[in-house]
Amino acid sequence: MMKLFEHEAKDIFRNFGMPTPPGGVARTPEEAKKRAEEIGKPVVVKAQVLTGKRGKAGGVKFADTPKEAAKVAKQILTMRINDLPVEAVLVEEKLDIAQEIYAGITIDRNERKYVVIGSSAGGMSIEELAAEQPEKIIKRYVEPFLGFQPFEAREMAIAMGFNGKDISKLASFFLKLWKIVEAYDVELTEINPLILTKDGRFLAADARLNIDDNALYRHKDLIEKLKREPVEQNERERRASEEGMAYVELDGDIACICNGAGLTMATLDAVALHGGRASTFLDLGGGADAERVEKGIEIALMYPKVKAILINIMGGITRCDEVAKGIVAARKEKGIDVPMVIRMVGTNEEEGQKILNEAGIPFLSTMEEAASKVVELVKEVS
Amino acid sequence: MAVLVDKDTRVIIQGITGSQGTFHSAAMKEYGTRVVAGVTPGKGGTEVNGVPVYDSVKEARDAHDATASVIFVPAPFAGDAALEAIAANLNPVVIITEHVPVRDEMRVIHAAAAKGTTIIGPNTPGIITPGARQKLGIMPGHVFADGPVALMSRSGTLTYEIAAGMTNAGIGITTAIGLGGDPCVGLTTVEAVRLFEKDPVTKAMVIVGEIGGDAEERAAAYIKEYVDIPVVGFIAGRTAPPGKRMGHVGAIISGSSGTAAAKIKALNDAGVPVAEKPSDVARLLKEML
Repeated sequence: MMKLFEHEAKDIFRNFGMPTPPGGVARTPEEAKKRAEEIGKPVVVKAQVLTGKRGKAGGVKFADTPKEAAKVAKQILTMRINDLPVEAVLVEEKLDIAQEIYAGITIDRNERKYVVIGSSAGGMSIEELAAEQPEKIIKRYVEPFLGFQPFEAREMAIAMGFNGKDISKLASFFLKLWKIVEAYDVELTEINPLILTKDGRFLAADARLNIDDNALYRHKDLIEKLKREPVEQNERERRASEEGMAYVELDGDIACICNGAGLTMATLDAVALHGGRASTFLDLGGGADAERVEKGIEIALMYPKVKAILINIMGGITRCDEVAKGIVAARKEKGIDVPMVIRMVGTNEEEGQKILNEAGIPFLSTMEEAASKVVELVKEVS
Repeated sequence: MAVLVDKDTRVIIQGITGSQGTFHSAAMKEYGTRVVAGVTPGKGGTEVNGVPVYDSVKEARDAHDATASVIFVPAPFAGDAALEAIAANLNPVVIITEHVPVRDEMRVIHAAAAKGTTIIGPNTPGIITPGARQKLGIMPGHVFADGPVALMSRSGTLTYEIAAGMTNAGIGITTAIGLGGDPCVGLTTVEAVRLFEKDPVTKAMVIVGEIGGDAEERAAAYIKEYVDIPVVGFIAGRTAPPGKRMGHVGAIISGSSGTAAAKIKALNDAGVPVAEKPSDVARLLKEML
């Protein structure tokens, strides 16, 4: 899921005619001061990070003067929120709040439809709201071939307790969100809070916009404009994704290299069942050849937490002889200085086992034996 | 008997001239699948592995009385290919392709629902009925033996692992369905349970689930109410951390929802034992059959 920063999402919101508070991005305290001067009123300074709960972490602060804006910007720009550095802040006019509202659209995986969600009780997360005041959540499933209709948006506004001119004003936010969802293959978008000011204006005070990774090829212009990589990754994650391997780092010390996501998850679970802890989820994907296996091992070994490797292959379109060649090559080229346990069955099993035998590399034939063995070996080395 | 695929199923392969389509159409034929035609727009009149290729699904269907389709078309074009198969009244339509945009998936699923077409996948190994020697997909046929147990799963190789364990224990399969690893799929777990429940030769079911969503919980609620035959479960991702996509786009714990613990509890509450290890599935089946 490609997540957009608040200021990036707001640029899109504005392009679709949605009102947002006046303001701009700052990357230094001086810039923040300048933005506050341009606004000419008390401001809010907000950390631009791709994580929730930034308010609770101290990433949102108010300032009455430009000088004060520079001061709080300096504090926020040196913070890390959920281990992410804050590289920019958004300086915006501080609003005179009459009401905080929630508006969002996401995908319901059971209905397999978009669902538009609204609530007159914004400000807190939708999960918290669902737990505390479920009766205040208004939902509308979008008919796939009709799209979200203006009357539905008005009905939502009415159900949320609005009347008079506010109905159409609020409805227009839902309709614009829907247009953005359609335009950008959005998986999740939220305005939380959507502010109703004391002088009767509705403004998108926050903005969340996540785009379907699988649809990014349709939005190259947007990615280019944002001038950044779609996803933040470390070196190992970047290399794995370049190779088209699914790679997730965990807190344990056993790297699990398997073929297929379900099998890899089950292998992690098997390690835990035997008292060990996995460091790495690495799914080679289907039909991995020797070179790919070698690369997978290489990437796994780059993670300093790894104390042992468990390779678990259920051969189908993946051939065991190729896997064996990859393992032998990885050991020869790079050297594998941690214990390694191999379980390999299925297509060309015998050829693969012969290659491992000749290289003096032991292998096992069941997942359980392999998981138990690797846990034992880790205990010996640590 | 079996579900969705039997000895009369006549299959076309969409995207047969691509490397995946070429490789797997040969593997399917070798297994016994009645692959009657292939489709690649612009390659009509050619042949792949002795299978005639057409420019459109309609032409292929009309020339060979095809009944079902397997799609290997690259992700950007997979949605369009599926809509073409639905329009031509093929059923089921199996979408092997991974990384299909979710918006395209939703359109395909609802277009299919309007016509009564069953979509399997996307991001699935496919469907296999060993008794009819028919596989519509990429699974290694030899690990699946004919028998009385239905198998439905959200993953690929893990299914082979469990099927191989069952085969070694002498337990065969009526039909095995890969439901797909994406958040939005056509045939859901509960719909698959419903199909198997009506199948007279299916005497037990295996549900292989994983973290993410609540497909297993919904299936459990249905089983509790309506299913009398034995059901065994396995859930992958007991130790997966929240907020991380574990290989499949759909395999993610969001907040407190989609955990393995919740799924295991729901299944247990419905009287479904959940195996701790893949190899326990066959053991539990033996006890219950």
